[in-house]
Amino acid sequence: MEINYENLNSMQLDVLKELGNIGAGNAVTALSKMLDKKINMEVPQVRILELAEVPEIFGGAEVPVTGIYLRMEGDISGNIMFLLPMESSKVLLDMLMGGYRDGDEFDDMDLSALEEIGNILAGSYTSSLAALTGMNIRVSVPALAIDMAGAVLSVPIIQFGHMGDSVMLIETHFSEGNKHVKGNLLLIPDVESFVNLLEKLGVA
Amino acid sequence: MTVVMTKIGIAEVRAAKDPAVLVTLGLGSCVGVCLYDSRKKVIGMAHIMLPSSKEIKNNANKAKFADTAIVMLIEEMEAIGADRKSITAKIAGGAQMFSFKSSNELLRIGERNVEAVRRELGRHRIEIVAEDVGGNYGRTIEFFSRDGSLSIRTIGHGTKVI
Repeated sequence: MEINYENLNSMQLDVLKELGNIGAGNAVTALSKMLDKKINMEVPQVRILELAEVPEIFGGAEVPVTGIYLRMEGDISGNIMFLLPMESSKVLLDMLMGGYRDGDEFDDMDLSALEEIGNILAGSYTSSLAALTGMNIRVSVPALAIDMAGAVLSVPIIQFGHMGDSVMLIETHFSEGNKHVKGNLLLIPDVESFVNLLEKLGVA
Repeated sequence: MTVVMTKIGIAEVRAAKDPAVLVTLGLGSCVGVCLYDSRKKVIGMAHIMLPSSKEIKNNANKAKFADTAIVMLIEEMEAIGADRKSITAKIAGGAQMFSFKSSNELLRIGERNVEAVRRELGRHRIEIVAEDVGGNYGRTIEFFSRDGSLSIRTIGHGTKVI
């Protein structure tokens, strides 16, 4: 069976979107617990985009972003990427460590804090996926890259490229007080896992 | 005459006559293949995503793959006057943006793209005269028809012209 985001029916799409909503909700709850702060979240936007459009959501392929990448293994295999615009990366570090220094450079402490955030968000996302589908999913340690949006995104885009010419992107906005963060999550099941995932969700 | 600057997106192929500048922003694990016919001053750029159309079932988009995109690019350049015997190549990109402890085939995609591009250019007897590939960082590339120079910008890894 050949499957990609372009030829999903509306029922399948709705289920995947709902999965995105629940996953993002759990991820933000986890972040809220970690920070011990009340975090408000808007309803996540789930979008299907053409490959070439993806870097544009960050304002262009050259704009620097933080990308946190994890590998899923188990009943479903694939990757998860959590993406933050630079401004949001700084706001998050500020929330986490209280008072972000000036300047654009991140030190090792900042980088490992960002990795940890990615770990928690992706971890809670996959555990809600596991709970909903009854699947066993393990997540790797995160890898981090801060670089041009196009370059960071080339990795998931290439993976989606094995399936077709479009991607599913879950965009989450959340805030703590007047600090606003925009985060994006890409769920990239491996080609052979995609049908399996739809089956487990009862919409194959 | 004003020089037209054309952006080449992911999985796109474009040929142009002098004066022209072809640009790809934020190249990561993909490879930018830049072909130049110095006599006819025809340039072409392909933004390649994957090594081979033969490995993938859903392969209708020819501009995605090294094997099919390079053929497409040569044909487009010939259509506007290039002679394939005088075409040379410069290539850039093919970075590994993320490193995991457990090595994963999917993450080596940059390297595999570069290998495939070298192989395909060799098959068409096109010489690679300069390259800037690998590493773990993104590149913005600008290719100029006036002299076939390729300028490469990065974040934190300098700027160069090859």
